[in-house]
Amino acid sequence: MITLYLARSSWLHHLPAGFKLCLLAASSMLILPVTQLELMLASMLATALLYVTLGGRGWQHLNMVKPLLPFLAVIMAFHFWAGSAYEGGVSVLRLVTMFLLANLITLTTRMTDMMAALQPVFWPLQWVGISPRALALAVALMVRFAPVLVLVMYNLDEAWKARGGKKQKWRLIVPLIIQAIRLSDHVAEALTARGGSSKISVRPIEVRR
Amino acid sequence: MNKDRTLVQIALYAAVIAALGLLPKFNIPVAGGVPLTAQTLGLMLAGIMLGPVRGFLSVALFILVVALGAPLLAGGRGGLGVFAGPTVGFIVGFPFAALVTGLMMQQLKNVNLFAAALISSIVGGIIVLYAFGIPGMVAMTSLDFSGAAKAILVFIPGDIIKALIAALIAQSVLRAMPGIIPSR
Repeated sequence: MITLYLARSSWLHHLPAGFKLCLLAASSMLILPVTQLELMLASMLATALLYVTLGGRGWQHLNMVKPLLPFLAVIMAFHFWAGSAYEGGVSVLRLVTMFLLANLITLTTRMTDMMAALQPVFWPLQWVGISPRALALAVALMVRFAPVLVLVMYNLDEAWKARGGKKQKWRLIVPLIIQAIRLSDHVAEALTARGGSSKISVRPIEVRR
Repeated sequence: MNKDRTLVQIALYAAVIAALGLLPKFNIPVAGGVPLTAQTLGLMLAGIMLGPVRGFLSVALFILVVALGAPLLAGGRGGLGVFAGPTVGFIVGFPFAALVTGLMMQQLKNVNLFAAALISSIVGGIIVLYAFGIPGMVAMTSLDFSGAAKAILVFIPGDIIKALIAALIAQSVLRAMPGIIPSR
C-alpha cells in the first residue's frame, strides 16, 4: 500500500505522534495571524530548513508543494487583479508554510502511530455506535482493498483497450462498482464466518512503500 | 442488513473512491481543458449507491485515511498537508456532499432513476460541495467571496458532466444488479 511516510530515523521521527500533532496545531495558530510579508517569508524558509534536517534527501520532499502551484498562481492572479498583491503574497506564503508543516508530520509519522494518536479524537464516536474496534477494522479494510480495486480497474482498462475501446473510460466505473459490491459480499461473509466485526482482532495496518 | 456487511460495504466503497482518484486524468472531452478527476464522481456515487448514512461514513473514512497519510486524493495528494491547502473546504465537504446526495435520492424515490440521480448529484455533489469549498477558499486565501467563487467557476461545467455520468453509471449498475440501490 502506498503511503507518504518516509522510512528513516530523523529527530522528527522520534517525537511521539500526538506531540507532533499538538506542535502542528500550535504553529498553525502562530502562523495564521501573521500579516507581514517578511515574517511570513522567514517562517516559510524556516519550515523549508526543517526538511533539510530530515537528512539525506529530505529536502527533495519540498517538491510535494508542486501540485499546489497552479492553485497558488490563480490565487495570486486574483489578488493582483483586485489590487491586493501584498495580501496575496502573504496568503500564498502562508498556505505554502502550513502545507509544508503539515506534510512534515505526515512524512515522519507512521499511519499506525497517527491512528493511535488520533484515538482520543475518535473516542466520542462510541456514543453514536462506532466503536474504536470497528473503526480500526474499517481503516484496515480500506487500506487493504484500495490497491486491490486499483488492480481491478487496471485489468478492466487493459481489457477495454484490447477490445479497441478508446475514450469514455468512465464506462469502466460500472464494472468496477459491480466487482466491488461482489467483493464486499464475499468479504462480509468471511468476516461473519470468523466471528464478525465485534470479535475479530485487528492487526495494526502494515504499510510498505 | 447485518453490521459486518455494512462495515465492509463502507470500507470497500471508500476503496472504490480511492481507486477512482488513482486513475490517470479522466478524458472527458467537453470541459475546456480543465482537469477533471473521477473523485467527486465517487462522492456522488457514494450517496446514490449507499444512501445518506453509509455514503457519509464511507466518504468520511476515505478522508480519514487520506489524513493518516495515504496519497489517495486525485493527483496523488494526501497527508495532513491537504488540510492546510486552499481546497480544504472541498475535502471537508466531501462526506456532506455524499450525505445530501443520498438524502435527495430518498426524496426523489418516485422519480425515474436517471433524473433522480442527476438531480441528487447536482444538489449534493455540486451545490453542497461548493457551499463548503468556497468559504474554505475564502478562509485560506484571503480572497473575497466573489473572487474565490470566480476562481473555481471553471470547474462547474465539468462537475455537471460528472453528475450526468454518475446518473448513467447508477442506471447501468442497477440494470446489472437489480435492487442494489437502497432507495429503489
